[in-house]
Amino acid sequence: MIYRRFFNVPNWGFSKSFREVDRLRRQMDELFGAVSGGTLPMPSAGVFPLINVTEDINKYYVRAELPGMKSDELDIQVTGDGISISGERKIPVEGNNVRYHRREREAGTFSRSINLPGEINVNKVEAFMENGVLKVTMPKSEAAKPRQIKVK
Amino acid sequence: MTDKKSKEIQVKLKQELTSPAEQTRPGLVFTPNVDIFETDHEITLLADMPGVSSNNLTIDLKDNVLTLTGEVAPFEEANEEDILIEYEIGKYHREFNLSSVIDQSKIDAKLKDGVLRLSLPKVKEATPRRIEVKTG
Repeated sequence: MIYRRFFNVPNWGFSKSFREVDRLRRQMDELFGAVSGGTLPMPSAGVFPLINVTEDINKYYVRAELPGMKSDELDIQVTGDGISISGERKIPVEGNNVRYHRREREAGTFSRSINLPGEINVNKVEAFMENGVLKVTMPKSEAAKPRQIKVK
Repeated sequence: MTDKKSKEIQVKLKQELTSPAEQTRPGLVFTPNVDIFETDHEITLLADMPGVSSNNLTIDLKDNVLTLTGEVAPFEEANEEDILIEYEIGKYHREFNLSSVIDQSKIDAKLKDGVLRLSLPKVKEATPRRIEVKTG
């Protein structure tokens, strides 16, 4: 398997089977962290929103969970080999006379940028929101696509 | 962003549910983050369930226990390969005990952009009433 160039990202998965191993490792870390009283390690860069990056032959896909956000509240910018997602999650005030029992959902601003392993065609990037999940589709530039060489 | 009062959101890992009742299929189960607040007339519950569509959401009320279950379809196509995985997906499951002050026939649920809004109206008798004290 080709070892991919992928900077400033602390963990990465090569295939789906690695996800299980990664998960187990994280659970062990959390367990040991809890026993020794240390701080829990972040499984990621530790910046909201958490994102998943995948690829197929022609495209890169970036997904993030942003429940309650509308597409026009997001600011997405792409460069030749990177993407940044920023915005503000607002939770409207629910009147004056409400008494809260639980408040777990968070509001605030966020900004996240990542580097992609290869060049993308910035003019053909598409993004859409569905059920609170953002999906950005980025076609790879011709140079970044894998090419099959026929042996004569 | 221009608003100075708003703070930055911190990463919060999804809370995994360790022993959900009657787990029949393998897969991860998370507890959704909720806001619950109360006015004189109703209790409102907001739950973040990204990736859940209205067809895949089940709201069940039985013996004063309200159960929310949301199924999430895998996010990726079969031919996609992982590059970076920071969050995992799975079912959402959470149970709440309702008191008898809720008018169970008038519960209303709306799901929009991955956020569930559940209105639980109180029964008439339970809404507090100001008692006028008459003199004379």
